[in-house]
Amino acid sequence: MSKYARFAAALALGTGLAMGASGPAKAETPKKGGILNFIVAAEAPSYDGHKESTFAMVHPTRPFYSLLIRVNPENPSSPTDFICDLCEGSVPKPTDGGTVYTFKVKKGVQFHDGQVLSAQDLVATYKKIIFPPEGVSSARKSFFTMVESVTAPDDETIVFKLKFPSGAFIPALATPFNYTYSAKDLKEHGYDWHEKNVNGTGAFKFKEAVAGSHVEGVRFDNYHVKGLPYLDGYKALISRKMAIRVQAIRGDRAAIEFRGFPPKQRDDLVAALGNEITVQESDWNCVLLYTPNHGRPIMQDPRVRRALTLAVDRWGGSQHLSRIAIVKTVGGVVYPKHPMAATKAELVRLDGYGTDLKASREKAKKLLAEAGKAGLEFELLNRGTDQPYKIVGTWLIGQWRQVGMKVTQRVEPTKSFYNSLRKTKNFDVSMDFNCQSVINPIGDVSKYIGSAGNNYANYKGQDQELEDIYAKLVQEGDEAKQREIIRVFEKRALSDMAHEGITLWWYKINPHRSYVKGWKIAPSHYLNQSLDQVWLDK
Amino acid sequence: MVTVSEIQTEAEFEEVAPKKPWSRILMDLCRKQPLGVFGLAIVIAMILAAVLANIVSPYDPLQEHYEAMLAPPGTDSFLLGTDEFGRDILSRLIYGSRTALLVGFVCAIIGATAGLVLGVASAYFGGLFDLILQRILDVFMAFPLIILALAVVATLGPGFQNVMIAIILPFIPQCARVVRSNALAIREIPYVDAARALGFSNARIILRHMVPNVMAPYLIMLTTFLGQAILLEASLSFLGLGVQDPVPAWGLMLTNASEFFEGAPWVAIYPGVAISLSVFGFNLFGDAVRDTLDPKLRSR
Amino acid sequence: MGKYILKRVLLMIPTLLGAAILVFLLLRMAPGDICAVRFLGTGMAVAEDQIQLCREQLGLDKPQIIQFFDFVWGYFIFDLGNSMWTGQPVTHEIAIRFELSMQVAIMATIVATVIAIPLGILSAVRQNSMTDYLVRGFAIAGIAIPSFWLGLMIILGLLIVTQSWFGEPWMPPIQFKSIWEDPAHNLAQLVWPAVATGYRYSAVATRMTRSAMLEVLREDYVRTARAKGMVEKIVINRHALKNALLPVVTILALEFAFLMGGLVVTEQVFNLNGLGNLMVDGVERQDFTMTQNLVMLVVIIFVFTNLLTDLAYAWLDPRIRYS
Repeated sequence: MSKYARFAAALALGTGLAMGASGPAKAETPKKGGILNFIVAAEAPSYDGHKESTFAMVHPTRPFYSLLIRVNPENPSSPTDFICDLCEGSVPKPTDGGTVYTFKVKKGVQFHDGQVLSAQDLVATYKKIIFPPEGVSSARKSFFTMVESVTAPDDETIVFKLKFPSGAFIPALATPFNYTYSAKDLKEHGYDWHEKNVNGTGAFKFKEAVAGSHVEGVRFDNYHVKGLPYLDGYKALISRKMAIRVQAIRGDRAAIEFRGFPPKQRDDLVAALGNEITVQESDWNCVLLYTPNHGRPIMQDPRVRRALTLAVDRWGGSQHLSRIAIVKTVGGVVYPKHPMAATKAELVRLDGYGTDLKASREKAKKLLAEAGKAGLEFELLNRGTDQPYKIVGTWLIGQWRQVGMKVTQRVEPTKSFYNSLRKTKNFDVSMDFNCQSVINPIGDVSKYIGSAGNNYANYKGQDQELEDIYAKLVQEGDEAKQREIIRVFEKRALSDMAHEGITLWWYKINPHRSYVKGWKIAPSHYLNQSLDQVWLDK
Repeated sequence: MVTVSEIQTEAEFEEVAPKKPWSRILMDLCRKQPLGVFGLAIVIAMILAAVLANIVSPYDPLQEHYEAMLAPPGTDSFLLGTDEFGRDILSRLIYGSRTALLVGFVCAIIGATAGLVLGVASAYFGGLFDLILQRILDVFMAFPLIILALAVVATLGPGFQNVMIAIILPFIPQCARVVRSNALAIREIPYVDAARALGFSNARIILRHMVPNVMAPYLIMLTTFLGQAILLEASLSFLGLGVQDPVPAWGLMLTNASEFFEGAPWVAIYPGVAISLSVFGFNLFGDAVRDTLDPKLRSR
Repeated sequence: MGKYILKRVLLMIPTLLGAAILVFLLLRMAPGDICAVRFLGTGMAVAEDQIQLCREQLGLDKPQIIQFFDFVWGYFIFDLGNSMWTGQPVTHEIAIRFELSMQVAIMATIVATVIAIPLGILSAVRQNSMTDYLVRGFAIAGIAIPSFWLGLMIILGLLIVTQSWFGEPWMPPIQFKSIWEDPAHNLAQLVWPAVATGYRYSAVATRMTRSAMLEVLREDYVRTARAKGMVEKIVINRHALKNALLPVVTILALEFAFLMGGLVVTEQVFNLNGLGNLMVDGVERQDFTMTQNLVMLVVIIFVFTNLLTDLAYAWLDPRIRYS
């Protein structure tokens, strides 16, 4: 069918662009000028990056600011490639046994209001993030628990001293929320000023915002990277409904949406517009889980929980669901493209990952019968968001039906969903997810230990063995050994005890107007959004 | 305060409907109300579909067919195609009529009956009771229907029962208001006074004399509510607050379809048509009931 | 008349107070809190103390009775507080969206009027004819079609039609511009939701026109006019229509009031940054200050529209004043 041929061609073009090393993307000379219209699915509560944790703030405001270091925009798919943004040269190696990081601050960097950046501004920024004064909110304070002090021996140098060596420090530093503010602004206007006001060193200046409608940025002529940005400006348009977001790109009211579209919408856009649409795709550092509530008697028996995971056809689901939902990759506890992640050979040894579906489901039925729970009935709590929660939830119910379980679904909007998950704990099994910006496996897998703040399965204090394995992992310095420990951890958490069930990893799909160039998909919708390299081929 | 329904019915029901055998009314309906009969036919078809769902459905409405996801109508034996999970749309529509009828009838009957009770009581007892009740109804009627329903679902949480409560709640004052204004007129009729003078109990007067005389506005409100309830349920589903998968329900099907309808229009068209047609049927039927029971319009 | 006005105005006070209590309680009874939405909805790990800090800053740890007092008192000192989500004053947030909602409501009312009055008259004059059936079918279909479905179909239809005719798909703008600033852009965006809702709201008005006309046509003076051999058209225009219009105007006025805040679903479908959308956002985010004030605004508009129509009635028909 021509529809699919066109789609394949567009996908090939997109992949070429995403790989970036060679091909047409590199050969083209960027054109200057133009306004980029893009869609954002929600409205940010404020513009203060240190306070918020939503992409709805990152997409419209990240271009106003710079970071100390950032993910390499030429190679955003790599989980380990960071470059200097406000520092000179390359990202420094630590000294003093891995506890001291010294950065040289880039010279001649200007804020939008004309102030010149010095190391003092970075110190003030990181002090706000890491050691916020009483009553000042900092969402990612806990990312920096290893930091002992931040100082500036002179105006061109900033030094981070750590309490202990940590591989998690550099990824934390590259987190896109660490907007650099000026020390003068913080001192004169207070710590809340950046919630509603903008003064950064980014490629674009704040122009206008209308609540609920849009945010506009305009080119900053004194941007610290010479020759950039290419765009004259951009406009971030808010649109709450998926159908409208897709139609906006189809009708060219916007050129791109940076979070991600479902596969069906990608196919529809390509079918309607052919090579006017370019598709970029990537694995996504978000994983959709289901969480059995260990506080409920029916979920206390590990055999029941193992039956839950054994009933799920992940390899088949990967094929079917990836046609209708933003999930695709079968994986364990680690982001599938990271070197620490389990290979397929390692995965199939886990319950519910085997390739013989029939055998798995027989085993599930047997375990249920042994536990005296054949024909188990329960309710699945889900979050009232179509993609991917409700679609995957409905799919899971169908999977469990195959082993004789009767499952109903209770969907709650975000606000009460978290209330049920955290406070009332009023659920049998719930959908759950883990979604981070910079990939950091050792930090990310803490989700699966019972004592973690974002673990909602209620087995705190019930599995010391798992806690011990994790403690060993954090203390281990050697990467190969870390990988081995993670395998043991994974088998216990997902298979032997089946504390949590992983469904599938998310899959990011960004179909956009082909005239948008210079933007490369990253494994997270938080990353690579400074827009300074983006240009329009019109 | 004046409300939409009050004006409509006050304008149309100043007189008390004279008694007439129900069979005559039914025959009148057929002869004079071809639209109403058409509406009734739709309603009856729906009821049949709901009752015979497990016989007439070609497939299990929950069964997924991953080899035929979003198959267009006519693929294999999927007459109306399949949805995103490869579930047969025709079967889901047939089973969905159960949900629609349940929402429609339960909400309409409870809403209208509660309104009847409150309206008659308010008119009969009058005085302070009437005054306070009317102020409370004023409060509820000051909210647009969808806003009140939205607020109630937000409070109770989504789900089938809560959605029905959210739909019923705004119905009650609407019906109570209309019934009250009709009952007030009856209260002044000499035979009610006579009954009271004879020492009959309140309950007897209300049940024997007042209630039968406000049956016309009651039935009219009830039939109006039937369609409204189905539509409201669909609207709440669209906002993600209604019935949840995998239960087959039209509003839910339409809502899920809003993600897929561009490339697979049938997933949106058929449930949309089903909702529209059923509400259309209920409204035509309701209109006919209104015309038949309204003495002034009938006499012409 | 003065006494009647006073009575009607006084009756509004318990209604408004009751509505305030109802809204306040409904919102507070709903599970969940805005801080959880703000920090946890994204799946990133955020420390519990940050959520607690957020609650304190928003005053959510204050006793409810104090929160209620703050809410009601705000109306006396003209300070409705700040949105808990954006931190901007509620009045500012509402002002931004008011123009759009107002304009859509006006346009939809015009569309409804243009459809309803001629069709209603036609239907009444030719009662029980094929024309009557068609008009009534058309009107009822307007109520029966879910508005969000109609909206999605309109946009998709526009995209497909424009692409096949002009080669490039066109869709209405998704960003609001004031009609004074850019009328073409403004109308290109708002005409579609106005038609979709106007058609929907015309249904009730059409039926009202029809039944009011039927009633008036039976009145003695109209019969007399007919008996005198006056031309049917003159009878309808000069005598019947004038008297039938009052209830129709009432219906349209009340619907206008509903439209100001009741376009919840339509605004979502057409991506309109109006009051209905703000309300949905407010409810979803558990933004108490925003939602309660917004609902009260809708209630106040509705109650006042009601007052005006009642007064107009009383003025036109003295009997009502004494009943």
